[in-house]
Amino acid sequence: MSVKENADIKLTCYHCGEHCADDRIQHGNKIFCCQGCKMVYQILEQSDLCEYYDLNKNPGINRRFTVREDKFAFLDDEKIIEKLIQFRNDEQTHVMFYLPQMHCSSCLYLLENLHKIHEGVISTQVNFPRKEIEIVFQTGKTTLRKVAETLTGLGYEPYISLNDLNPKRPSVTRKQIYQLGIAGFCFGNIMLLSFPEYLGIDASEETLLRVFRWLSLALSLPVVFYSAMPYYESAFKSIQKKYINIDAPIVLAIALTFIRSVYEVISGTGSGYFDSLTGIVFFLLIGRILQDKTYRSLSFDRDYTSYFPIAVTVLKENKPVAVSLPDIKPGDTLLIHNEELIPADGILSKGKGYIDYSFVTGESQPVFKEVGEMIYAGGKQKGGNIEILVIKEVSQSYLTRLWNREEMKNEKLDFRRSRAEFLNRYFSSIVFGIAALTAAYWGWHDASKIWPAITAIFIVACPCALALAHTFTNGNVLRILSRNRLYLRNAQVLEEISKITHIVFDKTGTLTSTENYDVEYSGKSLSDKQLAMIVSLAGQSAHPLSKAIAGKIKIGKALSVQRFQEIPGKGIQGMVEGVELKMGNAAFVKAPQIRYPGSGVHVCIGTEYKGYFRVRNHYRDRLPAVIQNLKKQFRLSVVSGDNENEKETLQKIFGEDTPLLFHQKPEDKLNYIHALRQKGEHVMMLGDGLNDAGALKASHVGIAVTENSGYFTPASDAILLADRIPLLPRFICMAQWNKKVLFAAFAYSVIYNVIGLTFAVQAALSPMIAAILMPSSSIGIVLITYGVTNLLARRLEL
Amino acid sequence: MSVIIILLAISISIALIFLGAFLWSVRTGQLDDDISPASRILFDDKPKNLTGNSSKLPKTKGYAS
Repeated sequence: MSVKENADIKLTCYHCGEHCADDRIQHGNKIFCCQGCKMVYQILEQSDLCEYYDLNKNPGINRRFTVREDKFAFLDDEKIIEKLIQFRNDEQTHVMFYLPQMHCSSCLYLLENLHKIHEGVISTQVNFPRKEIEIVFQTGKTTLRKVAETLTGLGYEPYISLNDLNPKRPSVTRKQIYQLGIAGFCFGNIMLLSFPEYLGIDASEETLLRVFRWLSLALSLPVVFYSAMPYYESAFKSIQKKYINIDAPIVLAIALTFIRSVYEVISGTGSGYFDSLTGIVFFLLIGRILQDKTYRSLSFDRDYTSYFPIAVTVLKENKPVAVSLPDIKPGDTLLIHNEELIPADGILSKGKGYIDYSFVTGESQPVFKEVGEMIYAGGKQKGGNIEILVIKEVSQSYLTRLWNREEMKNEKLDFRRSRAEFLNRYFSSIVFGIAALTAAYWGWHDASKIWPAITAIFIVACPCALALAHTFTNGNVLRILSRNRLYLRNAQVLEEISKITHIVFDKTGTLTSTENYDVEYSGKSLSDKQLAMIVSLAGQSAHPLSKAIAGKIKIGKALSVQRFQEIPGKGIQGMVEGVELKMGNAAFVKAPQIRYPGSGVHVCIGTEYKGYFRVRNHYRDRLPAVIQNLKKQFRLSVVSGDNENEKETLQKIFGEDTPLLFHQKPEDKLNYIHALRQKGEHVMMLGDGLNDAGALKASHVGIAVTENSGYFTPASDAILLADRIPLLPRFICMAQWNKKVLFAAFAYSVIYNVIGLTFAVQAALSPMIAAILMPSSSIGIVLITYGVTNLLARRLEL
Repeated sequence: MSVIIILLAISISIALIFLGAFLWSVRTGQLDDDISPASRILFDDKPKNLTGNSSKLPKTKGYAS
């Protein structure tokens, strides 16, 4: 790295790329934002792994806030180890960790060289799409806890939740890929063998012709009896439920084509339609895989177990012991550290609770709790350690009970009436009508042609084109949306989005950002020097409000702070430049008795009260424009678990006619959605927290908004990255167009069907015509759907 | 004519070998992760430094940034 380059990136941390307040923390000629980042650099330098920094610029993960030392103490517990590891003998232990921080090729490089840093690790293998790492280490030489701590030290903290205690989920099924591969293989070879027939093979080569036909028959067997399996299953299931889905006529067409082809080959009357048959199965399978593409690092079915930690510290005879969560009993005393989750309802028995419920209830400001007060599970402690006396088991707490309500267990509505199925019903009845007419006609004129004509009709007019159009359009639109960070659970969601009439928003975490704040000051005017003093003091604290103030107000160089003190639940104080400074709540700084809008951070310099900073969650960028845009098409509502402080601001953004509901409990949100549905609305809900989980599930389309796809999201139909909320109107537009594209493709397939049917009703469908018609229609469909959807995406700038 | 039959047998058996290779690669999970192998191949082990002090070696050029 040259000196000049260094000058350019001055004051950004060499490790994580974050802005550095000053250049005090140095190593070599590199600047770091904090000791944590510097330490990681030193470890890598010692282990000769500095290639980490060459692969990507500032690839590291910020280490300013370190994880407390004994956080992973529970990994010494044999019972927990037993559940987490995949394999163990006297020599080796295999374990899989989920590392949500993994993000670039540098991460991959570092993690796969873990054995150079951590003695005892034999090998590591990363699965990047899943953000998982499989670690093999020597049993006895190192422990699970030590490995987890090394990873955490490097910035890759393993995410271990209560969910990991469950039995392992079945491994990914690769059946679809086998089926596709085999269909492709058979289709290609049958195509090759069919060419002589198309080109008119000499009749004298009869033996050769027969060999070709029998080989084609043999090659079609795996396709009919293995690759096409999913269609049989789905058709069978639908008939069991007494309705006909789109796969049923496809199965009928496959069966008829196969029987007729086998008959032709055995009787020596023709070559059959093996090429068309295998070709269509092949294309259908491609479409299916495209549509079913899953996002492997995301999960749409998380419940509270993936949000809760796997173990918590329990005080037994005044000694901290790690106990796994299901083993916690009422009467236990839990020790909760800063930033830790409270896993069970209890009573605060020691310390000052400063509890952030934003994820659980939607309240934007942490709640202050004194000894003796009740604390509900799900909140996060901010500040010092507290002790809690458990009064309810984890499975009985307020939060988990919410989850065990009936609504949460119900499967989402039955999706049988999808659009393709709707079209199919018309399509099928018309085809059956034509078949009946043709049979009647040939029965009158030439009974020997009934069978060929009818089979030909079903071969040509199978709704394969429709199925193809459906899967390919959906598959491509899903791909376009995922490129824009909206991940849908499946293609059905797309159809639901196009029908919505009402959009319900959560406030905290959805309309506002939980990571970005707006800071306003009111009070006596402050000089630049005084402002610098305030920011320097705030910079010392990890409290969210202090962090917001220190982050939002830009000053030159930070001043040094002496005798810094943080009083949990009250405020902070310290000496800056020889002057005493106090910041915190009104009582702490002895602010004069006046009414303040909402909560504020009050400031006292020396003995003089100066004023207060109002810290509010920042509304997401471009929000007003987006809301105005959505208002033209949909009815909107806001349901928030928070208080009414923000009512005015929201009313301004949403307009007078939008219902704004505050103090909404999770049940209230759920009931609100139910009420809308009863009115016949098609509801989309956007929310981020556990308190929205019921509402997300109850709405037609529940979209979980998240700042980072590695974070926990409640169960939902879709996951949307928060910074893409401004694109919402375009997403909906895309979903609506998806429907039109599908109809266009359907129209195209009707034209092709009319051509094919004119041959078929005359009993004149030769295998060659079928072989030309089928692939050309399939390719046509694929081109139409891909072309149009991509064009739309470009028009919508997605 | 018989030569065509032989050729046919050869072509199909070669195709079968490739199908087998494909199925094997899927079964052993080689297609599960389509991102990391592409990066992994670019990581090379630095030549071992005999003195054990690598900081004096010239830095390798970055290729990804």
